[in-house]
Parts: sequence; C-alpha cells; structure tokens
Amino acid sequence: MAALCRDCGADPGEGPVCPACGSRRIVRHAELFTLHIAHVDCDAFYASVEKRDRPELAARPVIVGGGVRGVVTAACYVARIYGVRSAMPMFKALQACPDAVVIRPDFSKYVEASHQVRALMGRLTPLVQPLSIDEAVLDLAGTAALHGAPPAVVLARFAREVEAQVGVTVSIGLARNRLMAKIAAGRDKPRGFCVIGAEAREILAPEPVRLLPGVGPKLANRLQAQGITRLAHLQGLDEREARRRLGDDGPALVRRARGEDDRRVNPERETKSISAETTFDVDLSRAEELERPLWRLAEKLAGRLKKEDFCAGGVVLKLKTSAFAIRTRAQRLASPTRLPDLLFEAARGLLARETDGTAYRLIGIGAAPLLPGHLADQPDLADPEAPRRVAAQAAIDALRSKFGAAVIGKGRGLK
Amino acid sequence: MKFKADRATLLKALAHVQSVVEKRNTIPILANVMITVRDGKLTLTATDMEIAVVEDVAASTTRNGACTAPAATLYEIVRKLPEGAEVELDHPGGDAQLALRSGRYATSLVALPTEDFPSMTAGTLPNRFALPAQALRGLIDRTRFAISTEETRYYLNGIYLHAADSDGVRVLRAVATDGHRLARVEEPLPEGAGSMPGVIVPRKTVNELRKLLDEVTGDVDIALSDTRIQFKVGTITLTSKLIDGTFPEYERVIPRDNDKVLRVGKKDFSDAVARVAAISSERSRPVKLSLARDLLVLSAASAEQGSATEELDADRVKYDSSPLEIGFQARYLNDITDQIAEQVEFRFADGAAPTVVQDAADSSALYVLMPMRV
Repeated sequence: MAALCRDCGADPGEGPVCPACGSRRIVRHAELFTLHIAHVDCDAFYASVEKRDRPELAARPVIVGGGVRGVVTAACYVARIYGVRSAMPMFKALQACPDAVVIRPDFSKYVEASHQVRALMGRLTPLVQPLSIDEAVLDLAGTAALHGAPPAVVLARFAREVEAQVGVTVSIGLARNRLMAKIAAGRDKPRGFCVIGAEAREILAPEPVRLLPGVGPKLANRLQAQGITRLAHLQGLDEREARRRLGDDGPALVRRARGEDDRRVNPERETKSISAETTFDVDLSRAEELERPLWRLAEKLAGRLKKEDFCAGGVVLKLKTSAFAIRTRAQRLASPTRLPDLLFEAARGLLARETDGTAYRLIGIGAAPLLPGHLADQPDLADPEAPRRVAAQAAIDALRSKFGAAVIGKGRGLK
Repeated sequence: MKFKADRATLLKALAHVQSVVEKRNTIPILANVMITVRDGKLTLTATDMEIAVVEDVAASTTRNGACTAPAATLYEIVRKLPEGAEVELDHPGGDAQLALRSGRYATSLVALPTEDFPSMTAGTLPNRFALPAQALRGLIDRTRFAISTEETRYYLNGIYLHAADSDGVRVLRAVATDGHRLARVEEPLPEGAGSMPGVIVPRKTVNELRKLLDEVTGDVDIALSDTRIQFKVGTITLTSKLIDGTFPEYERVIPRDNDKVLRVGKKDFSDAVARVAAISSERSRPVKLSLARDLLVLSAASAEQGSATEELDADRVKYDSSPLEIGFQARYLNDITDQIAEQVEFRFADGAAPTVVQDAADSSALYVLMPMRV
C-alpha cells in the first residue's frame, strides 16, 4: 500500500517508523498517490497565531474573543479540552476554563498570516478556492509533473512549510471530491493528514447526519422525525424515495450522504453574503434603542457593499435574545440598493415586528441575495425623490473619503 | 325563493360573480354567492370584502326569498347542464338546502343564512359620471400591464384615476407604474368628473371590471367617493374599495426634453425584439438598441447560450440624431408596443435616462421606460 512519511517525505515502507527520519507520522492509503482534491484547514487559527507571537502561552488555554459580552472567536486545543468552543459566550467559556488567557482579536495579524498561507498554496496549484480566512480547497490534478511528486507528497511538504514559515499548523484532507476532502480534514485535527478514497460511503455510514456540511439542527430534527439519524439511513434511499420523503433537495442530500460531490474547485471565490453585527454591553429591548446601532450597522453594510461592488436584493435582520435564541428575518427589496437609508428602512420594518418586549443582546443586518453592484439603485419611476437620495449619499461618501468617516453623519447615528 | 332561468343566462351571471369569490377562503360564506328574489326580481351577489359584484338576472320568479350557496360548485353544476336547459332553483327558507332541478337532474346544496353574508356598503358616492365602455377599456388595457405587484409599495398596486390638465385641456387620466415603466393614458374629461378626487383602483378590481367590459358597448356609469368606486355595466354593479394611499408625483419623472426621436413600425420592432430576446432564458432578458442614422440594431447576449442581433435599416427606421446605445427588458418593450397600432415613436435623452414611448399617431397614451444597464 502506498505510504508517505509526513516529516521527511520519504517512502517509509511497511514499518511503523520511517527508516529515513525515525518519525511515526506515516500516512498509508491505496489511493494515496492518485487523489488530488485537498481541503486545508488551519488549526485553531486565531489562537495559534497568538501563541506563535507569545510563546510563553504555548501550554496555556488561550481564548480569542472580545468584550465583556463577547463570544469566543477561537479557542486553542488546550482550551478545547475544558469544553470551550468557538461561538460560545465568553462568560460560559470562562466558567468552563477559568484559567484561560483571553486575548482580544487582532484581525490584521490573522489576515496577514492567512495571506502567507495562501501564498504558499498558490505555489502548489492555481486552483485554490479560499472558503474562509483559515480554510481553502485545492485541486492538484495534473501538477505531479510540475512538482516531480504526487499531490500527497506536495501537500505534506506544504504543511511543513506552513509550520516553519507562518508558525501555525494545518490539517489536510485528501479525497476524491470536495465534500470528502472537507470531512477528511476534520477527522484528524490538529496537524492531521487524512486520506479517504473508495471507502467514503463506508466511513460515512455510521456517522450522525449532522456530519454533513449543510445539515444543521433544524434539518437534523426533520430527519430524525423520519427515523433518519445516521448517514447509512440516507444512503439506502433511492432517488424517488428520497424526493418523496425529503422533498426536492432529498436526492442531493442522499448523494452527499454517499460521499458524492461534483462541485469543482473554483478559484474565483464568490462572496455569498455581506453583513455587519454588534453585541451590546447591556441587553436592549426598545425599538428606539435598537434602531441606533441598527443605523450604524446599515451604514457599515452599505460601505462594504460599495467597497466590494455589490448591492442588496434583500435585507436580513439578525437578532440574538438574552436567552441566546437567534432570530433572523428577511425581506426582499423592491429594487436592489446599497443606500444605507433604504437598507435601514427595510431592517427597521423587520425589527418593528420583533420588538415585543424581548431583550436582545445582539443585532445584525445583512444583504441577501447579494447582487452585482451595477444593479444598485437604478432610477425608479415611482420614486421621484430617489435621485436626490443617491446624490446626497454620494456627497456624504465624498466628504468621508476626504475627511474621514466621522466628518458627517445622520442625526440618528448620534448617541 | 324560487325561480326558473335558462342555463345560458344563469351561467353567464354565475361566471361574473364567481370570479370575484376568493378561491381559497378562510371564511366559508365568502365562497358563496347570495341569491335573492325580491319583488319578483332575481339578483346574484358575490364579494371578497374588497369588491362586490351585484348582477340582475332575467328569470321567471315564483317566490321571494334569499339564500347563499357555494359559488364555484353552483357554477360547475350549471356549466355541466346541457345547452338550452332550463334551471329551477328552490329554497324554502330557513336552514333548508337549496334545491336545483333541471330536466331529470336534481341536486341539493347546503345553503348558509343570508344574515351572515357580508354586505359591502358603498356609502355616499358624490362624484358621478359616465364613460363609454370602449374608452374605459382603452384606459385599462393601456395601463394595467404597468401595475406593480410589489407589496411594500401598496399604493402602486392599482391604476391611479384622476382629473388633470393636459396642455390646457381637462382630461381624465389613468396612470400605473411599477417603478420600471409608467403608463399614462388620457380620455376627454367626462361631465361630472371635474371635481373627483384622485383615486387608486386596485388591480383585482381593474381585472374584474375588464372582464365585464368585454360584452358591452354603451356607457359605463361610474360613481365614487374617496374610499369607494362603483361601476354600472349593463345589469351588473361592481363596487370596490379603493387603495388608501398617495400615488407618487409621476409628472416629475416624465422627461420633457428628450429630443432623439426614433420611429419604427410596431410589428417590425416587436418581432425583432422577440427574435433577439429568444437567445436568453433570463426573466429580465435585456435587449440592446444601438442607433445610428436611420439604422437600428437590436442585440442580446446570454452567457450560456450565445448572442443574437437583428438590423432594421432605412426602409423601416427613421432616426437622425447622434448615435446612441440603450438597453431595455424585452418584456417591458413588448408590453408597450402591444398597445400601439402601427408606428412607435421613441424619444431618448441618453443611454441611461428614462425614455418616452408613444403611438406616433395617437398622443392619448404616453409610456416611460427605464433603461437597463447593459
């Protein structure tokens, strides 16, 4: 069976220890040298970057997150032993792990590290599709001649380069398609290298349905109601049955449960959503109190849409109650926009229906669907005031680009 | 209540009233038609609480009274009776069922008491005028395609009907817009309409009214207040609530100084648009118009399917301004040209500004169309 020493790249033969370097980090798989779709995930990325910069914290539990009321953005593997998870409220995390060192996130540092990692990926193949700041999928098909080695060998070398040059570790999944590569990358974290080939279906069978990306708690509950808890249950459904029991998306779900996925690696990553949110220092429940931060977020969202040349075909309002229940409410817009006023008005309409006395700890506003920028704020025959609003916003933008964001604003943004 | 009527007469009347009835009704009685015989006269009434249609029907009546019965079922039954049949409806009153007999066919329908049937009162309608059915058809046909379906701007979900000044002439105007296109159609102001308030007639009312207008030639009597409008079309009275909202100041968006004029035959143009647009399966298929002296090139492209162009030259096109490129949704172009008899006149300002479209031989209708960036 094909084998590879992850520490020196040599062929370790049959034994448990690499004869060339003495390492035990050996990966073996029948398809090791033919698979070429790889998923790369940086391990506890933000926390790892912080530990890299403060080596004295290496053995301590580190949590990256912010504010009195913030949430855990990232937790190192030491903190995870105590049960700390990302997106957990900070107070809970500190209950679980009182000794944790809490570090405010410094995104500029993470972005820089991410760029370094991405630059190293770029040397492996042009087909790199970043999925987030610390995750990407790569297609190394046909690169063996260039590198003089099969993808697995090149990837193991890449993992060593990232450790040496960026100072963080990565986990790699190598498989026949994107779905299985992602699942593989998650199976051997941290510093992992997991290969899944023909046995994908077998591996998935005993797993809970939640393992599949895209199966969240709601869908899982729906499936459970039908007696479907393990992927094996889905694997056995034929197309017609899948459609009948699970609706139009059923057959696609069954294909994924079998480990099938025909998505290509597309280096032109599409931005799927743009949003802005904020957590309050104290819970808010009154419409007037919530509208002030909402307006500022609408302005922020409008700025991001403009910067990335998109516009909003609809607005999504996100609220988190003091009991941590998340409410999202969405509305299509009559015509696509990136004017803060119109984004705010739509979100305010959605908010009005949710201000029923519930106390909220977080509010957010997002653009969905995201549409190309040239569709924004087309002239509207039913709105004779529209050209003036567009002109006013252009004037505000011009002043801000010259004198800074604080130079001018609407009264409703003031505290 | 008891009467006999011939199938064709009854079927036609039921067709009118049952189309007002909401198909999916949460209030059962709203799915019913009220059948009344009073002073020997038969009347059918249906309402969805927004619109009420009352129709007098010729019948030989033998007993006064009233009941309500499911409109769709009754319509289906009468439709399935043989042509030329005579239908007898008999309701003894109270909780009894409604008996329908025709030849050897007999049925009993569950009837609901008329006390529960909602009445839509018109209130006083101080503004009254008459409009030839043909003129009313013209107002509706040439504007209703532009009515918005967008719920947030509910005040666009109808036709804005009002008295206005058009170059010193008093006119009755119908205007509709969905923000992308606007249609403004005028008729000479009928006597009695001068002091009417501007009203927004809901889309469903417009569509129901339009169906009734197919069969008539004379005048339609219109009466309205600022909350209700009533149309008397022959033996049918349609009463409707109006949309409570303010229609935008549409005059401000109608360009006055567009000086680049294109004239083209309606059929040549709309056929070419249809052929060129066929390349794209998008809903908002954009078509580009490229203009040079006496030349119009229509083109469309789709990332998946390819591209198409068609040229219309001096034989069929008149244009003598500077070259211009402008894009429109194919469907919007066709909606407008469908209303035009022979020659279409486009008046452009530039490739990004609203364009005016008119029938070259008839200035009573004016359309404004927003370009698409292509």
